[in-house]
Amino acid sequence: MRHLIDPLDFTLEETERLLTLADDIARDPAAYQEAARHKKLATLFYEPSTRTRLSFEAAMLNLGGSVLGFASADSSSAAKGESVADTIRVISCYADIAAMRHPKEGAPLRAARYSRIPVINAGDGGHQHPTQTLTDLLTIRRRKGRLDGLTIGLCGDLKFGRTVHSLMMSLARCSGIRFVLISPEELRVPDYIITEAIRPRGIPYEEVRSLESAMPALDILYMTRVQRERFFNEEDYVRLKDSYILTAEKMNLAKPDMAVLHPLPRVNEIALNVDDDPRAAYFEQVQNGVYVRMALILTLLGLEK
Amino acid sequence: MLNIDSIQNGLVIDHIKAGTGMRIYQLAGLDRLDCCVAIIRNARSGKYGHKDIIKIESVIDLNLEVLGYLDPNVTIDVIQNGEIVEKKKLDRPKRLVNIIRCRNPRCITSIEEEIDHIFNLCENGRYRCAYCEQEERRRPEIKKR
Repeated sequence: MRHLIDPLDFTLEETERLLTLADDIARDPAAYQEAARHKKLATLFYEPSTRTRLSFEAAMLNLGGSVLGFASADSSSAAKGESVADTIRVISCYADIAAMRHPKEGAPLRAARYSRIPVINAGDGGHQHPTQTLTDLLTIRRRKGRLDGLTIGLCGDLKFGRTVHSLMMSLARCSGIRFVLISPEELRVPDYIITEAIRPRGIPYEEVRSLESAMPALDILYMTRVQRERFFNEEDYVRLKDSYILTAEKMNLAKPDMAVLHPLPRVNEIALNVDDDPRAAYFEQVQNGVYVRMALILTLLGLEK
Repeated sequence: MLNIDSIQNGLVIDHIKAGTGMRIYQLAGLDRLDCCVAIIRNARSGKYGHKDIIKIESVIDLNLEVLGYLDPNVTIDVIQNGEIVEKKKLDRPKRLVNIIRCRNPRCITSIEEEIDHIFNLCENGRYRCAYCEQEERRRPEIKKR
């Protein structure tokens, strides 16, 4: 039985295969509308995340399956003090596959060790968010036609932004990748990502403070939100939240075929006047998220064609 | 020169980095033994200048994970009838289970009951929590058993 806890749980080849399935689903969704009929997805959301939960639910419903679950810890047995290990053992009796969102890092890994059904990490604190990574990879591949040979700019909160870490670790496996890391000093990428994933593979990278100066070289610009909930200190949040804002003027500095991605929700880090730019790919990402979750559910349930 | 009697049957943990002996004594649970245990600190060493030595007057099951984690350069001499019958060298363990605690308040280990605290050895030589992947603190807290 396979789980998806870490974006690197799938090899690059497995990831490419999953993205190809997602592409096929995008081309002909009707062909998959009964693919998971009579199967049930449990969405175990210990913290609210309407967007991710609805994406999982839409994915399962599109496959002809059904969904059950809870949307916050208050409405689950966790409020009574039940452990993650016990909860997943119980849920294993009700559903065929589970997607878990939890504020504590490592909770889905804990669940996977006790589960009798595939567990998907739908985000664990500031740690990993592998289905967002798959969504990002699908969007990059559909926009650029490939995952290798790209210059990827990542901008904003690179320290606490789990989507950034997961995306970097995944793309580091592709050839010809170059990273441009654009952040304030306080929100730099953690050292372990550089020392373990980037440097040993000889991947070129640079850390810069200015978004404008980085723009012309980028094939992909991955914007992130500086998240209030990742700070212990409100003062630090207020000081840093407006550090990097993408505007239509800055977009003039970019290549004509660059793509702007964002895991959403945004606050103000992408100005509204960027939305109409054909290089804005962040709403397309949302749709791709449903396709990739459909492909993932089919793969983990062994139902892929 | 301080003299400590040689032991007839037991274990000698030798070549301990000077200053680490007391931590090994505590973390390896030697403080809970009933037999005679001697800790020699700052003994002269041809190889290291100074070293700590622990002599245990009984052949016990030592937790080699703890020793390998705290000081992989120690050697363990097994003594029988006053003679060294075996010398053990240690490696840094690839995995630590319930030896150190994860101190990350965002980690699942901070709230989940009956969860093992597991750390894996990384390429940079440091240990990282299997759940949240945060690196160990330099002076890890002793996990109460």
